Amino acid sequence: MTAALEINGLVKRFGGVTATRDLSLTVAQGARHALIGPNGAGKTTVVNLLAGMLRPDAGRILLRGRDITVLPAHARVRAGLSRTFQINQLFADLTPLETICLAVSERRGEGLRWWQSLLPDPAAADEVEQLLRRFRLADVMNVPTSHLPYGKQRLLEIALAIAAYPKVLLLDEPAAGVPESERHDILAAVAALPRDVSVLLIEHDMNLVFSFADRISVLVGGALYAEGTPDEIARDPRVRAVYLGEPADA
Amino acid sequence: MPWRNRSGFGEQIAQLSRWRWGEMLFWALALMAILFFENRYLLLTEIAWLALFVLSLDLILGYAGIVSLGHAAFFGVGAYTAGLLALHHIVDEPVLALFVAGFSAMAVGFVTSFLVMRGADLTRLMVTLGIALLLRELANRFSDITGGFDGLQGIVMEPVLGLFAFDIFGKTSFIYCLSVLFVLFLLARRIVHSPFGLSLRAIRNNPLRASAIGIPVNRRLVAIYTIAAFYAGVAGALSTQSSALASLDVFSFDRSADLLLVLVIGGTGYLYGGLIGALVFKLLHDVLSSWTPQYWQFWIGLVLVMLVLIGRERMYRWVMWGPERIGRALRARGMAKEKSP
Repeated sequence: MTAALEINGLVKRFGGVTATRDLSLTVAQGARHALIGPNGAGKTTVVNLLAGMLRPDAGRILLRGRDITVLPAHARVRAGLSRTFQINQLFADLTPLETICLAVSERRGEGLRWWQSLLPDPAAADEVEQLLRRFRLADVMNVPTSHLPYGKQRLLEIALAIAAYPKVLLLDEPAAGVPESERHDILAAVAALPRDVSVLLIEHDMNLVFSFADRISVLVGGALYAEGTPDEIARDPRVRAVYLGEPADA
Repeated sequence: MPWRNRSGFGEQIAQLSRWRWGEMLFWALALMAILFFENRYLLLTEIAWLALFVLSLDLILGYAGIVSLGHAAFFGVGAYTAGLLALHHIVDEPVLALFVAGFSAMAVGFVTSFLVMRGADLTRLMVTLGIALLLRELANRFSDITGGFDGLQGIVMEPVLGLFAFDIFGKTSFIYCLSVLFVLFLLARRIVHSPFGLSLRAIRNNPLRASAIGIPVNRRLVAIYTIAAFYAGVAGALSTQSSALASLDVFSFDRSADLLLVLVIGGTGYLYGGLIGALVFKLLHDVLSSWTPQYWQFWIGLVLVMLVLIGRERMYRWVMWGPERIGRALRARGMAKEKSP
């Protein structure tokens, strides 16, 4: 079976600094794959390379066997790869209703239809409704995004990525900065992602990683350091040494 | 579309583009101007084509976030095209000439849009300014075609659609300009409430995220810039056709800068800003320049500063206080009627 996402020998340099070093990684179909690493390990750079915000200096990215290395960001979304952002990147003046309508109409390829009203198809309206309800946004759907509480914005961030019907979803620290009281909604939303979506989760929070992932890759200094099941990673003394801050011989 | 039967959520979505009663009132008042201000047709005509010109800027600035200091470039192309077509009897019928002028400006807009896309706000200001200056110098250089500083003279306009001759009071010309404004406004309204229009607002808000949900940002910006150029070209053509004159100042920097000013007065991103701005600006200009011909710009400046200090939202609330009370009272009565069978 073709992997959902395959990365081969990816390299990214910023001036003299190598942010990503010869990274190879495979995300299986339907996987719940986590990418962890200490601060500055280059996790977000990897997301930006995969999503097309950055161009790699070397290496290849295959999405379900298709080479997407040189595709621009928007074309990757259409090919089935979407992402969320560690720091909310939303449309401040738009309401959640408008935001989700937009994402759905873009996915349906209606984005250039200047002559028609928004989503006249009842099936599309149903879909917008389901997304808003699933992500607990229906009650605030007519409030401008900039006025939403942070937790709701975080949910919208994920809903927006899901609305593109991705085959592969890159979640960049979905729970970052969410207060404890609103955390549950986010975790539930992440746990409820459909199984046919392969997920690459970039995360700091070890509880979330170990409860969610069935495979973990550890990134250190821009290079792949270790990879395995959650058990293997938890037991790996080298990972504990580098990442969990414990001496290797403990 | 309000008349299409949609249930529940579809209704919510349709609600986003529904006609508000304030909008209908606005156009009803505009129509009534034909009847009640017979001796001000010249001024009203200028307001109409200026409104269309500002609407064009609102499409790119208010909806797509593209700043421009050279929007007069397209106005000028439209103005000269219409002038030359009429002067040399190439296209005598005004409406047809209007389309040709609009499409010429559109072509220039499409070609230059690729320059404008290269870079952020400050670069865009400079590039748009540069393009307008370039066109002005070209018009100056080829003065045997454009008439140079004297402009195109001796334009005689044929009747609109072969039926309505331009009269000396400017009635035909006002109705003509107002009709074009209304039709193009309807089109613009359609565009901004479409999926395409929504994607533009998303791009203005956050181009990074727009591309991350699959929107080809630059292509969309090229599209709206080209459409806006058409609007500006038509506005320029209307100004030529209604005044039977086109001179180098159609390209002038002042015109582009005034345009921004007018849009700021009216407010960006809700389509009516351009129309209201044009109305306020021209009326102020008219009143102030008859009162103090030399210093009217001082007062315009003062108005602008006041506007920024007080804030448009607050002014809007002041203006809408009366009408909204009436609207609410009417609605309350309607609901009371529904309840009692």
